[in-house]
Order: sequence, then C-alpha cells, then structure tokens
Amino acid sequence: MIKNNRLTKEQYQQNFSDIHPPFETQDAALVEANRCLFCYDAPCTKSCPTSINIPKFIKQISTDNIKGSAHTIFQSNIMGAGCSKVCPVEKLCEGSCVFNLMHETPIHIAKLQRYATEKAIDQKWQLFERKKSTGKKAAIVGAGPAGLSCAHVLSREGIDVTIYEKESKGGGLMTYGIAAYKVTPKFCEDEVNYITSIGGIEIKYDQELGKNISLVELQKRYDVVYLAIGVGLARQLDIPGEDATGVIDAIKFIYELRNNDFSSLAVGDRVAVIGLGMTAIDAATQAKRLGAKEVTIIYRRTEAEKPCTDVELDIAKLDGCNIIWLAAPKEVKSINGKVNQLVCSRMKLGEPDASGRRSPVDTNDTFELDVDMIIKAAGQTPFEKLVSDISIINTKGKIEIRNCASNIKGVFAGGDCVNGGKEVVDAVQAGKDGASSILSYLGIKNE
Amino acid sequence: MADISSNFLGIKSPNPFWLASAPPTDKKINVLRAFEAGWGGVVWKTLGSQVKNVSSRYSAVDYGGHKVMGFNNIELISDRPLEINLREIEECIKLFPDRAMIVSLMADNDKKSWHELIKKVEDTGAHGFELNFGCPHGMTERGMGAAVGQDPEIAKMVVEWVMEVATIPVITKLTPNVHSVVPTGRACVEAGTNALSLINTIQSVTGIDLDTLVPNPFVAGKSVFGGYCGPAVKPIALKMLTTIAQDPVTSKVPISGIGGVSTWKDAVEFLLLGASNVQVCTAVMKHGFRIVEDMCEGLNNWMDEKGYATLNDFIGKSVEKITHWEDLDINYHIIANINQDKCIHCGLCYIACEDTSHQSINLEYGKPYNTYSIKEDECVGCNLCKLVCPVDNCISMVEKRKGDEYLNWKDYQRLGLPLNDH
Repeated sequence: MIKNNRLTKEQYQQNFSDIHPPFETQDAALVEANRCLFCYDAPCTKSCPTSINIPKFIKQISTDNIKGSAHTIFQSNIMGAGCSKVCPVEKLCEGSCVFNLMHETPIHIAKLQRYATEKAIDQKWQLFERKKSTGKKAAIVGAGPAGLSCAHVLSREGIDVTIYEKESKGGGLMTYGIAAYKVTPKFCEDEVNYITSIGGIEIKYDQELGKNISLVELQKRYDVVYLAIGVGLARQLDIPGEDATGVIDAIKFIYELRNNDFSSLAVGDRVAVIGLGMTAIDAATQAKRLGAKEVTIIYRRTEAEKPCTDVELDIAKLDGCNIIWLAAPKEVKSINGKVNQLVCSRMKLGEPDASGRRSPVDTNDTFELDVDMIIKAAGQTPFEKLVSDISIINTKGKIEIRNCASNIKGVFAGGDCVNGGKEVVDAVQAGKDGASSILSYLGIKNE
Repeated sequence: MADISSNFLGIKSPNPFWLASAPPTDKKINVLRAFEAGWGGVVWKTLGSQVKNVSSRYSAVDYGGHKVMGFNNIELISDRPLEINLREIEECIKLFPDRAMIVSLMADNDKKSWHELIKKVEDTGAHGFELNFGCPHGMTERGMGAAVGQDPEIAKMVVEWVMEVATIPVITKLTPNVHSVVPTGRACVEAGTNALSLINTIQSVTGIDLDTLVPNPFVAGKSVFGGYCGPAVKPIALKMLTTIAQDPVTSKVPISGIGGVSTWKDAVEFLLLGASNVQVCTAVMKHGFRIVEDMCEGLNNWMDEKGYATLNDFIGKSVEKITHWEDLDINYHIIANINQDKCIHCGLCYIACEDTSHQSINLEYGKPYNTYSIKEDECVGCNLCKLVCPVDNCISMVEKRKGDEYLNWKDYQRLGLPLNDH
C-alpha cells in the first residue's frame, strides 16, 4: 500500500540527516589536512572537472588560512560547497589521490573542502570583488549549477546578469534533484544567496522559457543569452501498464521529497526502482528511508557495467535495498488501476554497444515481482521540443555548441542541456567555459 | 640478553637512562614514580640560590600537526625549601638504593655558598653532583647558570671551589649558548671535574601569538627568552657532543648526553657519539615516565641484533666517523633512482629538484598520473629527492664512483683537476 507518515519525527530526522557529516572540530580538520602530501601537478586537481587547486586549499587549511582556502576553491568552483557534498569524489579527486596507490585511505578532500567553504558561507565572507559595470547585459536561463557558475564569472567581470528560473528556488538539480541526506534545502538556499551576494546578479523566479519568456524577447533585451536549462524529462520505459497508479519517475519522486515535509511523502510497502545510476540510488535509498518495507533495484546489466559508483551502491546495500542484476522491466500488472506486479525479463550480456559496455540481451525468460510502487530512474532526456521550437540545432534535444555558442548568434549554452546530464561539477565547469566564451564575444578581457 | 646496565664514574644504574634535572625530578612524588616506572637514575632539580617561579612557564613549537617538536621553559631552579628537598632526596635513595641519585647544584657565586651547599647535599647520601652552568634564563641575570658556563675562567673557578670539598663524583653541565662548548669544557676538565654533561637548553623564542602580538610563553603581557629543548634540538646536541668527544682534553672524562632524547634510537646515537649515558626530560614531560619501558626494550633488542653485550662495546663507535670536509672522498658519486613500481606520482621529488636543486628529474605528462624519471647525467646525488619522497625505499641512491681511488679536495687541488663547467 502506498501511504505517507510511516515513521516518527525522530526516525525521519535520523534517516535524512547528513550522510557525510563534517569535521566536528578544527583539530580534526587539521589532522586530515596535515596528512595531505601537497603533491605537485596533483592527480586530484587533474581529476576535478573544475581543476580546483586541491593541494593548495588543503595546505591553506593547515596554515589556518581558511579564508584563502575558501578563495582557492571558489575561484575554480563557485559551487565548491555544494560539490563537496554531492560530488562522486570516489571517481574524481579522492579516487586519484596518491594514497590509493599506497593502499592508504585517500585524503578526505570533500570533507576538507566542505570545512573551508561552509565557514565562508556561514561567515558570509565576500571573497570576490565585482569589477565596475561594463554596461553589458546577459540573460541566463536556469539558475542551476551551470547558470549560477556562468553568472558569477560574468558578474565578476562587470556584466549585469539576469537569471530566469522556472522554479521558485535557485540551485537547479542541487535543490530539486539530489537525495535529501546530501544537501538540505536551507544549504541550497544559502549557497545560491552566497553566490549572488557578489552583486550584479538578479534571479527572476517562476519564469519558464517557452511559457513566461521567449528567446526572441531575451535576445532583444540582452547582449547575450546563456541557456542552462538542464535536462528534466524522465526516460519512459515504454512497456505495457506503465501508466498505472503507483508508477512514478525518480525525478518527480525526489522533487517532491525535496519540497515537502518527509511525513507527507507517500511510499509503497514494496518498491521497485528501475535503473542503477546515481538518481536510481538516490530514489531507492530515499524510498527505504521514507519507510518502504522492501526496495528492489532492477538493473539490466551486471555490476561490472553499473553507472553508479561503488560508494553509492554500498549506501543502497547498507540501507537494505535488494538488487536484481540482469533484469529488465517487461510489463506492469495492476489491479483496479493500481500496480501490483512488475514482470521482468531475465537478460544476458551480449556484444558491446555504443557505450563500450556489453549490451543486455533478452533471454525470453521472465519472472514476477510483487510490488505496489515502481520508481523509474532509467535516465533523463533533454527538452527536445523546447529547443527545437526555438530553432536551436540539437541532437535528440542536446544543444549543439561550438565554443559554447549555439547556432544562434549571441546565444550560448552549457551544462546538462548540452551534455545530456552529468555531475554538478561538470555543469559548474560548463558555466565557466560559457562565461569565458561570452566575454570574448563581448570583447571583454577575461582574467 | 644484552646487559644494559650502566656505570658512570662508579655510579651504577640498571640502565643508561637518567631523568635530567628539570620539573620531573623536583620532588619525591615524581622521582618515586619515575623509579617505579624503571628509570635508571635521576638528576634532582637544581638546588641552591633562593628563587620564586612565575606562572606560565612553558611554550612549544608544533610542526605539521605534531605537537611539541620543540619546547621551551622559563622555570628557574627549585623554588622549594632546601631542607624539604634534602629530606626527600634521602628518602628516595633509601627506597630505591639501586638507582642513581645525582643532585644538580647552582649556588650563589661565592666559594662559601658552594661549600655549604655541597656539604649539606652530601649528607643525603646522593651519589654525585651535577653543576648547573647552563640554565639560560633568569639565573643568568644574577650571574649564575649559563653566565658561568659562557665564561671558561669563571667556570674553572667554580669547579675548583667544588672540587676542594666534594667527596662524590662531580659532573659539569655545559651550556650550548656559546660558539663552541669546547673552551668551557676544557676549563672544567682542567679544574678537575670528573665528567661533563651536555647540552642544557638553547635560548629561544618559540613563537608569537598573532592576536596579542606577545611572544610565548605569555606572562601578564610580556615574555622572556626561554630554554629550548625537545626533538628539535637533538641534531645540535649531537654536534656539540661530538666536539667534546673529539677534543683531546675533554674526551678524557665521561660524558652524559642530553638534548632531545626521546627514544632508544636517540639514546643509541648519543652513545655512539661518545656519551656514556643519556638524560631525558622533554619526552617524559610529553608522555610521562612510561616511555622508559620501550627505551630499555628497544636498546636491548638492538644490542642483541648487533651482538653488543654491554654498552661499552659500542660507546663512541661513531666519533671517528665524523671527519673534516676536506678529507671527504670526492670520487664518491651517487645517482638517484626512482623505483617506478613504488612511485605514487606525487611529484614531490620533481618539484624539489626542479625548483631548488639541479633540474635532474624528467616529467612525462599523464592524466592523472605523471611519470617521473632521473636524468642521470644531471644528477649530482644530493639526496634531496630521496629525502622528500613519502614512500620508503622508492628513491634509492646508487653508487657510481667517478674513480676507483680515494680522492679528497686537497689532492684534487694539488692535481689541478677540473671544476664544474655548468
């Protein structure tokens, strides 16, 4: 049965508290900072999509120069605080820490990054100065990581930025699309306010492209437009019975979770989650933590091909989620319009596909799973209709860019709407790259 | 099992580890705890002139997250009544007759004061004296401590006064706050001291509070130079010990080594450079008396491994290995080698060599891991890369002699051999 209010207030609080708690004391941060070897041309920095000078910011923590440390981080990644909580660091900076090669625990880079950046946000340190206004105006569509990152660089260089955001809060996926135990709504709000506190950035909320605003209008009123509209449509399963009550998509599920009181969120007794990306893991663990008795993740390939990291998979396993490998959804069966069974095909691995991974092949053998809720997390698709309607050249909805510029003069794009959906940190870098191209386009020298 | 017992001027102790004259040895309760823990002997905190100590007496230097790499103090000699000290010394000797009891002395600068003090202390049954000619703070302003040790003439005079009446062995403790410890050391030996001990603490400022701008330790808004000690001073102490052990006059008497001894390995190094035993203070002030257990066990195991039956089998064995620079072999040449299987690609060797040494390491870009290798023709064998490498035995220095024969700088000049051309 799908119902809400399954747990006590204390249980909700415990289940959704910080999964990666911060250093409790300065001494604890110092011990860790002092463990860092201060590598030259460091592998961690090379593995960060935004190239944060990690050895430098850690060294600055150890010399008690926290302000300098936060500056070092934000200089490369203005969402460094959020990234310290949501980045899959095990496959980025921490994954390449040289300590791994000595079979030692890698430096807790994310935790140290959080230590410095949280202090900066809490203390409202203004670490950047906006240059005198150039009189140039930029419109950015989307106040997610790419949009905010682009806005911050442009504002620093004296551009007046207006961001149009379709939601009522900024932060994009950080605010609406990530498991609640990683970031809180309060943190997301503080982070957005911290970024815009430099000045020269206005965010207009509840303004959706194609609804409240049009690209043509923006082009008229601004010198440049930067599209950072992300992705957002959940990939459909295209199987019989998919429209039954109790079948929802993970994006919507997490969106609701991030916008409502936990006790108001309904979840089934037996939940199936389709897919094994980061969003699937988030959906599975959050469903379990909302009080679902049984959560089963269905994945069509084997562990070797999984898109999530080992660390993420471990979280799901430790939460008690089951995983069925080599299984693909075939049909949703329901009673009175409500889901009661998921029929799955057993798969086997065939030849490698375009992704280089061995593709799943149906064995025609099936099994049934008794479930009362199905969460679809089989990936997201870009806003193909939206971008096609405004004549932007795209590939299946992914905007085509050259040096961050779209086919329309003065219209730039970056982030998930271009790459189809990557990490927050990739979007931040895209925003920086976009800003850099925009500045060249406007004839402003970028520092 | 090796025999680690020590005989210093006939003063016997079950091991060569004494506690130096300092706060840990200033009263019965501490000294009994030290003996119970296994310390071979103590040098009782300096008795003599009447003093009163200030509050806030210590400060430290931390490094890379490690506490107390160096330590300093501005505490003077014992400020307890002499009679209580004497009574407690006597009681400790009775309770632990197998341990060494040395009493540190610093009388006012006149013969009478020294003579009276010596007689009173000898009545306790103490086994020896240590003359404090080294305390670098406070007492010096009154012409005592390091003020005596810094002037060979005065030191000689005081030792002579002491030797006139002392009937038990006398050790003279030297100050490092001089350009060389040898002149005072010689003067004291010539005046008849039975032994020398070194080093006392080094005058220092450990740091400044960047909020109050007052140096440490903070005493009501002011500070004063303090005596520096702990692991940071060991290399300086070893150098000074060597000069005493190599000098024809001072090497005639036994030496008690002091200065940053924290482990059995440190102790072995002092003994190898000529000390007959060692004195410890800072390490116990950081960890307590229990560290002596590992010091004894570690020393014992090392001696067994090396086949030394007694301490005398290895005392002084490294003294002759420290020579003059001009006698070093110029034909000895080593070249760094990086073991690629062990390398973790941290780049520390590269940046150290590139920025500050001889640009002898090649960087081959890789993402995320660069590959580093030695340019053998450029490497001068300075050891820097090996020293900064965080992986044990990853970088080794391989011997590639420039010539088979021993060739020192004097010969090099005489033969008119070529100097570097770049």
